[in-house]
Amino acid sequence: MRTAWTWASVAVLGTLGMFAPLYLPAFYLRLLTESLIYAMFAMSIDLLAGYAGLVTLGHAGIFGISAYLVGYLTARLGLPMHVTFPCGVLGAVGASLLFGIMAVRTSGVYFLLITMAQGMIVWGLAFRWTSVTGSENGIRGILRPDALATQQAYYYVILGAFVLVAFLLVRLVRSPFGLSLLGLRENEARLRALGYSVWLHRLLAFLVSGCFAGIAGAFYAFHNNFVSPDAVHFVLSGQGLLMVILGGAGTLVGPVVGAGVFIFLRNVVSLYTDRWPMVLGALFVLTVLLAPQGLVGLARQLLRRWPAGAEPAPVGSTLPYGVVSPQPLDGRNNPAPHQPTNHPGKRRR
Amino acid sequence: MQRHPMTRLALAAATWLLVQGLLLATAGVARAEQRPAAAGEPIRIGVLVPLSGIGAAAGKDATDGWNLWWQRHGRTVAGREIQSFIEDTAGNPDLGLSKARLLVEQRQVHMLVGTVFASVGLAVATYVEQVGIPTFYPIAAADDLTQRHRVPNLMRIAGWSSSQVTHPFGEWVATTTPCRRLVTLAADYAFGHEAVGGFVNTFTDVGGQVLEQIWHPIAETDFSPYLARLAATRPDCVFAMPVGAPIIRFIQAWHDLGLWGRIPLYVGEVVTDQAILRGIDPPDLVVGLISAGHWAEGRDDATTQEFVRLYEDAYRILPSYYAAAMYTAAQWLTRAITAANGRVEDRQAFLQTVRATQLQETPFGPARLDDYNHPIFNVYIREVVKRPDGRAWNVVRHTIPNVSQFYKYDPEAYLRQPVYSRQYQGINWP
Amino acid sequence: MPLTFYLVQAFNGITFGALLFLLASGFTLIFGLMRVVSLTHGAFYLLGGYIGLTALRPLGNFGLAVVAGALAIGLVGVLIERFLLRRVWGQPLAEALLTFGLAFILADAVLMIWGGDPRNVPIPRFLRGSVVAFGLFFPKFRLFTLLLGVGVALFLWWLLACTRVGRIIRAGVDDLEMVAALGINIRAVFTGVFCLGSMLAGLAGVVGGAFLSLYPGADAEILLLGLVVVILGGLGSLEGAVVGSLVVGLLDTFGKAFFPELSYFTIFGPMALVLALRPRGLFGRV
Repeated sequence: MRTAWTWASVAVLGTLGMFAPLYLPAFYLRLLTESLIYAMFAMSIDLLAGYAGLVTLGHAGIFGISAYLVGYLTARLGLPMHVTFPCGVLGAVGASLLFGIMAVRTSGVYFLLITMAQGMIVWGLAFRWTSVTGSENGIRGILRPDALATQQAYYYVILGAFVLVAFLLVRLVRSPFGLSLLGLRENEARLRALGYSVWLHRLLAFLVSGCFAGIAGAFYAFHNNFVSPDAVHFVLSGQGLLMVILGGAGTLVGPVVGAGVFIFLRNVVSLYTDRWPMVLGALFVLTVLLAPQGLVGLARQLLRRWPAGAEPAPVGSTLPYGVVSPQPLDGRNNPAPHQPTNHPGKRRR
Repeated sequence: MQRHPMTRLALAAATWLLVQGLLLATAGVARAEQRPAAAGEPIRIGVLVPLSGIGAAAGKDATDGWNLWWQRHGRTVAGREIQSFIEDTAGNPDLGLSKARLLVEQRQVHMLVGTVFASVGLAVATYVEQVGIPTFYPIAAADDLTQRHRVPNLMRIAGWSSSQVTHPFGEWVATTTPCRRLVTLAADYAFGHEAVGGFVNTFTDVGGQVLEQIWHPIAETDFSPYLARLAATRPDCVFAMPVGAPIIRFIQAWHDLGLWGRIPLYVGEVVTDQAILRGIDPPDLVVGLISAGHWAEGRDDATTQEFVRLYEDAYRILPSYYAAAMYTAAQWLTRAITAANGRVEDRQAFLQTVRATQLQETPFGPARLDDYNHPIFNVYIREVVKRPDGRAWNVVRHTIPNVSQFYKYDPEAYLRQPVYSRQYQGINWP
Repeated sequence: MPLTFYLVQAFNGITFGALLFLLASGFTLIFGLMRVVSLTHGAFYLLGGYIGLTALRPLGNFGLAVVAGALAIGLVGVLIERFLLRRVWGQPLAEALLTFGLAFILADAVLMIWGGDPRNVPIPRFLRGSVVAFGLFFPKFRLFTLLLGVGVALFLWWLLACTRVGRIIRAGVDDLEMVAALGINIRAVFTGVFCLGSMLAGLAGVVGGAFLSLYPGADAEILLLGLVVVILGGLGSLEGAVVGSLVVGLLDTFGKAFFPELSYFTIFGPMALVLALRPRGLFGRV
């Protein structure tokens, strides 16, 4: 029964997505396109942060390297999109290889900090290598080929790419490789003892994640026809991570929902109030307090209470916030009150 | 584990539906706002300014200046009501572009005005070139917007370009002061490169010599290392142009290292703008500083002082150039709309009218556009003076009339040179 | 370059390092015990600075303004720890989202209350100007910052090494479970440490407001520098914060003096290098 329900939803969804250009005005179609691009970016972060337990704050650097490469090759050298696009993605993968080798030796907060340092270096380059990047003026005039010039045509390209990326990621996280990433997140020592190469697994995850971030970055450049240092700034890395956590880390739907909500809020709430950063901040705080597993986790909880849709509590993948298992200090706030922890548990170092 | 992907897909479906529903709902609201354009209808003007984030102060000044004109001079021009749609860009090119599209495609505005940061201005410029909507930039100063990469439908009414005011300044310093050997210190980004390039280009034309050019990161935290280095080269004078908050640190460091009064200091327009001056405590730190600018709030002129008085009555502070520029842009548009009899729907004709509009009395002084959509203004050599009420402002010491963005150079020859950058500062040209 | 040039630059670097230490010490203290990367620390700094600026007029004394800024932020810190942070303790991603969200809210509140113009906290009259020695200029306010930094470092060292509270904190850094099992109210210690760390941020804000001025965006910039300090020195280590501050201050200063065009890389380059060779920083133990 659930399967039928699922396929019905997919059908409705697909139809809505397919015909979005018919009922959405241009501006909102553009927002939808932007959400899908950021969703790809957020999913690439989630693969690292949610599945592999490696929280990165430098992914905008990889995203931006691709965007800048595409921008430079398209706008300055006049190469066509089918050449520049793969170049951008390749550049992102190359950068991921370099950064990954440096970063994957570490984990936890040190991984976060080293990726942040890498992102800052890329930003410094974008900002100071004026002859190539145009400094803070950026590169403009990154035009799409005529066939994709309209918003509608480009939307379908992005939609197609998004479906493909999502499909590949679903396959990836369900593959033995994806499961071993989860295993690494939950118990590194055990997998090490089982003979897994932790380093190689993490590096591969970093590369795959970098590749998808690069795809998102290349699409971003063609979407805005413009790229500036904001596209590599660590604020964007942070926002990407926030989209993941907001929606629900360790699920693939989470980043998509998070990206949609973030872009929607930023664009639409700012029409009504200049205090929208405060609204956004409040949303983050409320999410942590009321939906500690992200919006998707909240939706799941609600679904579970729904008698018809009753389903067993999912295991494994819904352990919130991968890196360290939660052991709250105070029993009253413990989501699973059967664990009587009135004193703090010892945590992994 | 087998069931999870299915559950996930179901959830994806549900949330997707939700998002689409939300979009549809807002789209419905948005649709209702669309109306066919017709004469007698209001004229809709989209205004793009940063109202949140780091540019919020500049955006507020700009908005205040813009609103002040319409409050004082009425919102009806040539029989049509003027409606302003003020949107926040947060100083972010993404959001700026998105808002520009919203204004053009949803709000159906007749023209766009604004943008403060060059990055936003350039992102929006690409878009407006595609759709051909009349667009006016009174603040964003990137040289090439009206030089090498002109956009036919983009005009800098009441605006300026980075090197426009420093061209005459460099020549003025070299010819009227004893300074011959110069060190420059400026923020390392396009605005800094262009402003310093303008100064250095004319300074070396009349026999000046540049000892060293120092570029510091735009958000510099500590200036003392640069100042120690700079003092060690023993220049006759220094031209400096930090931007934004680092300006206060720069001034502080200049005093702390004992350079004040020892080495003559000349600064760029933004360094002594009211946006900075009103935050400096005590104001004596900057009294006596010499700068060049197209705006001088202390200029002894009836129109300027009327605007300053109106602005002070309304907002209790002295106007920055952001405020003056948006006020003057509103004045310019009012004149142009009147001259076009309110027919703004004919974009080409309207742009032509704007181009032909010449203003004799604006807070900036007389103003008109050159053949490249850029204003010709007076440039003022300004000195910071303490007013009787204890606040500091810029008074005019010398006026260089009718300065174009090319100053004394031949436009065609000038445009064959690259735009000023860290590599090209015009030292050996012409 | 003459020797005096090096002297002046070294002085500049060390005094700038002292300011960074004021901020980084609180950050590293909080991380050391609670394992919380407090992304609100930059916003605390900014808010503290603005509160000090506002308090200066009625109080009329720079020292009192510093105290006011520190106390106010200490209070904010207690409230946040007691009512928000405690609920998500032990969940790094939730902590990141929470502290990031709070930083958004505080930064926007600051913008709403004080406007966006850059402002500086006026330096008290007796600290203006410079001490001239050997023909060199040593700004008095920088000397004051250095003394304050040394004072705070000594106080923290005394607190951690010579008091009962300090012993509890050090034991907690090593083994929280054991400390709790000994019947010590570790939650009160957490609140106290978070309060102290926040107070240091507030104090740094008022001093930094005079040193660097206050403006929207200063929170993120200073947080970034503070992060570099603690990464270099090693998270959670007081010695690390001292050494990291000095290294960053000196690197920044000499980097700018000799290679102005590379000034981003003179900080982030060595940091990436240290992390690649010693992922836990110079003094990190965890």
